[in-house]
Amino acid sequence: MAGAVPLLEVRHLRVEFPSRRGTLLALDDISFSIAPGEVLGVVGESGAGKSLTGAAIIGLLDPPGRIAGGEILLAGQRIDNLPYEQMRAIRGRRIGAIFQDPLTSLNPLYTIGRQLIETIRTHLPVSEDQARARAVKLLQETGIPAAEQRIDQYPHQFSGGMRQRVVIALALAAEPKLIVADEPTTALDVSIQAQIISLLRRLCKEHGTAVMLVTHDMGVIAETCDRVAVMYAGRIVEVGPVADVIHRPSHPYTVGLMGSIPAMDEDRERLLQIDGAMPRLNAIPSGCAFNPRCPQVFERCRSERPDLLEAGPTRAACWRVADGLRSVA
Amino acid sequence: MTAPLVEVKDLAKTFDVSAPWLNRVVERQPRQFVHAVDGVSFAIQRGKTLALVGESGCGKSTVARLLVGLYSPTRGSVQFDGKDTHGAADRAQLRLMRRRMQMIFQDPYASLNPRWKVRDIVGEPLTEHGLVTDAVELRRRVAELLLSVGLAAADVDKFPHQFSGGQRQRISIARALATQPEFLVCDEPTSALDVSVQAQVLNIMKDLQRQRGLTYLFISHNLAVVRHVSDQVGVMYLGRLVELADKAELFSRPRHPYTRMLLDAIPDIRMSGRARTPVQGEVPNPLSPPSGCAFHPRCPHANARCSQERPALTAVAGISVACHAVTEGRI
Amino acid sequence: MSVSAGALRRFFDGDVWHSFRSTPMAIAAAAVAFALVFCALFAGWVAPHNPFDLATLELSDARLPPAWSADGSRKYLLGTDDQGRDILSALMFGARISLLVGVLSVLLSVVAGVALGLLSGFAGGKTDAFIMRVCDVMLSFPSILIALLIDGVGRAMFPNAHDTLAFAVLVFAIALPGWVQYARTVRGSTLVERNKEYVQAARVTGVSSLRIMRRHVLPNVLGPVLVLATIQVATAILTEATLSFLGVGVPPTQPSLGTLIRVGNDFLFSGEWWITIFPGLMLVLIALSVNLLGDWLRDALNPRLR
Repeated sequence: MAGAVPLLEVRHLRVEFPSRRGTLLALDDISFSIAPGEVLGVVGESGAGKSLTGAAIIGLLDPPGRIAGGEILLAGQRIDNLPYEQMRAIRGRRIGAIFQDPLTSLNPLYTIGRQLIETIRTHLPVSEDQARARAVKLLQETGIPAAEQRIDQYPHQFSGGMRQRVVIALALAAEPKLIVADEPTTALDVSIQAQIISLLRRLCKEHGTAVMLVTHDMGVIAETCDRVAVMYAGRIVEVGPVADVIHRPSHPYTVGLMGSIPAMDEDRERLLQIDGAMPRLNAIPSGCAFNPRCPQVFERCRSERPDLLEAGPTRAACWRVADGLRSVA
Repeated sequence: MTAPLVEVKDLAKTFDVSAPWLNRVVERQPRQFVHAVDGVSFAIQRGKTLALVGESGCGKSTVARLLVGLYSPTRGSVQFDGKDTHGAADRAQLRLMRRRMQMIFQDPYASLNPRWKVRDIVGEPLTEHGLVTDAVELRRRVAELLLSVGLAAADVDKFPHQFSGGQRQRISIARALATQPEFLVCDEPTSALDVSVQAQVLNIMKDLQRQRGLTYLFISHNLAVVRHVSDQVGVMYLGRLVELADKAELFSRPRHPYTRMLLDAIPDIRMSGRARTPVQGEVPNPLSPPSGCAFHPRCPHANARCSQERPALTAVAGISVACHAVTEGRI
Repeated sequence: MSVSAGALRRFFDGDVWHSFRSTPMAIAAAAVAFALVFCALFAGWVAPHNPFDLATLELSDARLPPAWSADGSRKYLLGTDDQGRDILSALMFGARISLLVGVLSVLLSVVAGVALGLLSGFAGGKTDAFIMRVCDVMLSFPSILIALLIDGVGRAMFPNAHDTLAFAVLVFAIALPGWVQYARTVRGSTLVERNKEYVQAARVTGVSSLRIMRRHVLPNVLGPVLVLATIQVATAILTEATLSFLGVGVPPTQPSLGTLIRVGNDFLFSGEWWITIFPGLMLVLIALSVNLLGDWLRDALNPRLR
């Protein structure tokens, strides 16, 4: 993959929220890339900034939030500083989006056919009939039975899982190269979740679409992603191939995270627990943001913030890695 | 074998979800009912944890609320320490029973009154049952309870919004423990929490169970969590109990097709990439449940009998399962 | 007690106070309202004259224009009416009556409306349906008409009633149509709060429904009530003014702003405009400032706008 131009590249991204109590830095120097056709998972707990990262990339940051530094490049071209109209053209055509709640992602007043056709015709130069045929085909691909009849139904006539399939169809409608999916299965039942995950993975492989999958569910990441980035307090603390991050994590936070997830194949009396809680945005410690809770903290961690350093197959923002002392998984 | 602490027999709850009378008359609609819980029976031994799992609409939360008295059963009985909780027991007895069982809820943000201080929230059960009348004593008891769940004594004077989700859930646990109950019903207590916070809360719950000999009914949709905390597991589908077994047995040898489907469907971080049977269909509309066995439209092993006759929960090789295919030996 | 000191500190640290400080309109409205209320409450000390003390009236000073016009006198800043009463002082005493009626009637409405709304939302079923139908019926009558009706019935029943009774009837007449909006708002909030888990937790503990309503639900539903009450004070004052203008409001011995406007109306066409215009302006000022305060309060308390 070396030498290939990454589809999405984020360099030193900073997102801040000016408030009356001062400016809060929600994303602090985030850098990562996604190759064409790759599925990157972004995982973290609430407040880590993963949804914000997705929102910044699609250009849907809620004001007063704003990008305060860094660059976002799509196929080598900067998109973080584009005016609204140009960003709107990119959104949908080159970047698709899937959000958590299928109930509010679809407009209840229009048939799903209308919404699909409108999306297709906004971005592609096709006629109404061609768009409709395309929409039916998309619905069939996403597993909606009797697509030709159901295309004229309204969102409330579909169940939750079906609606999420429609949302996926909408996201793929204009053949984007990248899809940003923010917690796409969190609101669904377990059995439906499995269906949607496998659907997403299959379709993206078939269409060659890259996916940035934002979620807090490590199991979903394990099933779907090629690489994963772990976020903590607005920073990326570890990134690497999925199997390595899960089974051989280097960063103490990742170690703690993996240890605190109850697994199906082992019995433990106590779950590994990380004491304390993620710091609030207005109280982020200096140096490494994880240092107050880290079982392996030493002096340097409190004063200097580590960059992402090579730690075997993954990269981790931890001084222990630099010293050649890897965390025990 | 000692008598179980909690025993539930043929418990059922039906909700009337008909349209208002005027609408029904004008539009000539029939009355509509949802059988949220349709004949559930189980028993929980003292000091043990029974987990109820299932997807949305299976009725597990309704069972929880039936047990603590938030709903009255349409049919069936709940027995706590040998005494009926809804029956002819007089008010004083009922109040005594209420002291011995408590509930922990799912949403840490809605389960604490935002305008009350922690001292009042956790102290309410104590004052309500007249266990503590002195204000100084109340403070002391509340501080003690907070310490037992890993919070600070100084937190008594704070408001809920000053705490994180995990801390609020601990406050809920402290409130539930105030009257020193023997039985705790936990309705998805960690579903709204982050994974690392969940680990903290689950550890506390297990510690407390060991220290105080508590009995838990643990409701969840997360099978991995259930596997970690439970002794016995009951799987529910559309208001009915389809399988009830010891934890080890259920997870190593699931019998009912729905249990197998659930276990197969979970994305697990350690066991990714395994071959899976594809999942069929979705949970049917509870207003018009399928005839016979509720799972038969989605079941790969269904036959004619399954669509006509509802299977009863029968004991098979040490577990209980409601499936014709299993009792007939087909699977 | 340390509780209120802490509460005060929290208030001044909070978003509501911050919003107040950064909204010039709210500060201005509050200042005006405060000044008016102060004058009205302490009219006896602040007013330069006592217009109801017949001994101090001088008929020779009747119908004097305001101080800045040619025939005016410094002694009577806003002029005098046909009996030599100082308009400025009459305004202050009149405002006092208006405010008293307004606040009392709103208080009555709030108590009745919140209680019924809580009951309706909590009890549900037939009680709820009944109370809501009563609300619907009351809303189909214009409030002025209801007030006129009550007042008329009151006068017919007690033709020789002394002033306090007449006053009470008036307050009741204005309060009666007012409780409906509180009942509806509180009922809506109660329905939401009733299903929240902290209420269920209290029920599991065995707390009685009455206590839950009073101690758990009530503090959480009062926010919108505060906003409504503030705005309704202005409406009540205007209603009272209308009734007094029509001659069926406060007894004439205690003229409110409405009475003053009515009395002054007769002199409008003979050129003595100040007798009616100044009370009118005062009325507008009170209503406007209270309304603006209510508007700001609604935005400040709305969590979504913060």
